[in-house]
Amino acid sequence: MSNATMGVPSSGGAQKVSRINEAVIRIAGNSQDGIQAIGGFLARLAGRSEQEVMTFMTIPSTISGGPSIFQVRIGSGEVLTAGDDADVLLAFYQHSYEGHINSLKKKGIVLYDSDHVVPKPEWQSDYHHVGIPISSLTVEAIGGTAKDKGKNIYSLGLIARMFDLNIPKLEKLIGERFTGKDPSILNNALAAFHAGYANSPSNVVETFQFSDSTKHGVQQVVMNGNEAIGYGLIAAGVRFGAGYPITPWTDIMELLRRELPKYGGSFIQCEDEIASVSMALGASFAGRVAVTGSSGPGISLKTEAIGWAVMAEMPLIVINVQRGGPSTGMPTNIEQSDLNIAINGGHGDAPRVVLAPANVEDCFYMAIEAVNIARKYNTPVFFLTDQGIATRIEAFAQPDLEKVCQDITPDFTPVASHKPYDLAAKDGVTPHVKPGTRILDGKYPIATGLEHDEYGHPSGSPKVHMLQNAKRRIKLQALGATLPLPKIYGPPEGNVLLVGWGSTEGPIREAVDRFRAAGDSVSAIHLRHVNPLPNGLENIFSGFHHVLVVEMNDEGLYGYGQLGAVLRARYCDAKIQGVNKTDGLTWKVKEIVELVKTKVRK
Amino acid sequence: MSQILTEKPMVPSAVTESATGERKGLTRKEIVADHPTWCPGCGDFSVLALYFKLIEKRKLWHEKITTISGIGCSSRFPYFVQAHGAHFIHGRALPFASGVSLSRPDLHVFAFSGDGDAFSIGGNHFTHTARKNIKMTLVVMDNQVYGLTKKQTSPTSPLGFKSKTDIWGAVDYPINPAKQAISVGASFVARTSATNPNHVLATMEAAMDHDGFSFVHCLSECVEFYEGAFDAANPRKGGAFNEVPKSHDVTDEMAAYKLASADFPGYFGVLYNVNKPTKNAREAEINATLQGKFAGLKDWQILQKTFDKMK
Repeated sequence: MSNATMGVPSSGGAQKVSRINEAVIRIAGNSQDGIQAIGGFLARLAGRSEQEVMTFMTIPSTISGGPSIFQVRIGSGEVLTAGDDADVLLAFYQHSYEGHINSLKKKGIVLYDSDHVVPKPEWQSDYHHVGIPISSLTVEAIGGTAKDKGKNIYSLGLIARMFDLNIPKLEKLIGERFTGKDPSILNNALAAFHAGYANSPSNVVETFQFSDSTKHGVQQVVMNGNEAIGYGLIAAGVRFGAGYPITPWTDIMELLRRELPKYGGSFIQCEDEIASVSMALGASFAGRVAVTGSSGPGISLKTEAIGWAVMAEMPLIVINVQRGGPSTGMPTNIEQSDLNIAINGGHGDAPRVVLAPANVEDCFYMAIEAVNIARKYNTPVFFLTDQGIATRIEAFAQPDLEKVCQDITPDFTPVASHKPYDLAAKDGVTPHVKPGTRILDGKYPIATGLEHDEYGHPSGSPKVHMLQNAKRRIKLQALGATLPLPKIYGPPEGNVLLVGWGSTEGPIREAVDRFRAAGDSVSAIHLRHVNPLPNGLENIFSGFHHVLVVEMNDEGLYGYGQLGAVLRARYCDAKIQGVNKTDGLTWKVKEIVELVKTKVRK
Repeated sequence: MSQILTEKPMVPSAVTESATGERKGLTRKEIVADHPTWCPGCGDFSVLALYFKLIEKRKLWHEKITTISGIGCSSRFPYFVQAHGAHFIHGRALPFASGVSLSRPDLHVFAFSGDGDAFSIGGNHFTHTARKNIKMTLVVMDNQVYGLTKKQTSPTSPLGFKSKTDIWGAVDYPINPAKQAISVGASFVARTSATNPNHVLATMEAAMDHDGFSFVHCLSECVEFYEGAFDAANPRKGGAFNEVPKSHDVTDEMAAYKLASADFPGYFGVLYNVNKPTKNAREAEINATLQGKFAGLKDWQILQKTFDKMK
């Protein structure tokens, strides 16, 4: 908690009110305790209060139960990560208390449910302990049958009191959340909330007040990465998708299934992963670019059909919400280990586009960019996110939807003639003429996975294979030439350049800030267009002595992560090294700082 | 914020059909594309010729039909037809065709497949496309052998059939495609044989007219790797082409199942034909209900309503 002095409780004094810029609150319980709901309320409140917010959650991969956490960082200034260490830990159980006390800052506050938690004497001096019988007080507040239900809302009341949060706004959010349900549910929720708020435990010596936000007049929307992708695709004009449920991709398919019919579109739940990519390709062939997506093993299953899309030059969006692999791996953990399959997955030479949004807002806008690249270049586009960004909630400026939303209704105007694989096409880019389009010279195209002549008819000619391979390559090189170079975070010359991709932008930037504050010469770039890469990265690299590629994947047989290996292959530069980890959790800023120090020292 | 490729949105324009009234049906010459790569004597030639006839007879235009296939000898089909087509990957013609059917109600969707493509590698999709009753016509040219890969056992090869993967004779029980289709919920199931052209045409026509998933199981001999497989169904070879009895009630599922179960060569004709709502219709219903709630709003305004709830 910056700006706040978290001193040892002074004896018997009145509660002190401290002004703070930001706070990190970690809520630890079990997956059915509704702790995501508390985090969600806090995040949305921050969004409405023009504050920045970022959340982080872990969920067990079991069906019901199991430890779960939700961490929320709220700030009046810029918030780049969900925070390394918490200012406040709210612990519902003994395992929550013991398992997460290490994530609390020294002298931080642990609020624990004294019905379930027995505090340890040896931790009393390091952390400020506040025990409240949350379970029994909740039952008292809302009635004897409530059991564990409602204690999340009770705790929200406690937090609201501690941080002097805006009560009318929170009440409104609670009202919106329980709208349309049995009115007694809302009444119970509000009763629990008020009871928590009214509880002012005697040993809380300090309450906090957020400074005014530096943002003014910015209307924000609050959502997680999966939601931002779903709505981004809708804004882009995508109206058909197909998928199969798999964590953590499933939320996107549920959202599209629910939302697309409003726009006259459909999302189809298929019998398997292969059927879903095939169905999406059928729809892309028939009209406009369609979406499929998956995680982990589901992506492996789709690779053959994605190879067809490369060969047939068919637009397609493949959302890949990465999780820990290989095989079933770690379904609810975070990893960036699908870059190789995204770039190279499948047999043969099959170049395709790979994009990786850097934050939740980027998920929305980059989904639109992905759709437009797929349409223009008639290529599959991989959209790589991960479990972390999928479930992370952020607030961002509300998009100007009237401007951003696209109408990509297919055009069926007759054409004089059409060669779908025209070798003379500029930059190798040929349009896709859809069924329903009359072709006046009477020669119709076949979309095919066989090597083919310019009309799509099979050809075994070595020359044709070389020329068509080149066509498929050249069009992506042409795309690469249009891509902007990433902005350098920090000075353009120095000792160390950190290179990241995807969801890790926040912690990498915060690491740069921490280095620079300590006088170290560290800058960073973040790659959002991963394949093809923008041209000219070598000019950025040349300004630094060390180029360290920070990734959440294994260092590989030869000592480099997946992006690291791509960059070394392309630039043949020995100063490119890897900074990798595979613990299944987001980067902590201090982890990056430590690993970078080790690498540079070597 | 990312830079969005600025591309002028395409203006929807109706197909110019001012000539609708005058436009003549296609001639065979206009429908024929590549010369088929099949072996001389292959039963698939007959199916292709009858598909052309169907297009001619029913005055279907190039741009209104899509011919879709997976992999196999029979699946070379789209290359031989002058129309929009797709030659997709092995076993997956049905989900691909479903994507076309569900997003383009204005098109006639035909999928052509073989016994390996439809019942082995694509078996899962056969089940689920039938179950969902997605509107399209599937014609499976069944030769009871893998032809393209030169004589391996197929899922319809009879017990004892000697192939390169069962040199002592096939040991796995074969699938009965018509029975399977009925049991998983196909709404139109017919059997025909490439040696009886009139019957093939009539069956394909009835299939095309069916509002739902229509499955035509067509015996189509592989003269190269399984010669004489269907002689028992060919009167010219001393066999019998038994048509479905006139008394058969095509809406009676149990009766259809029984007929389909008859020993080879069994019965030819429409075994089962019922009307039930297609997935296409069900999805359209969902859309009509939801779109009704947002009548008069532009797409961006609908999205704005959602975003207003996320503040």
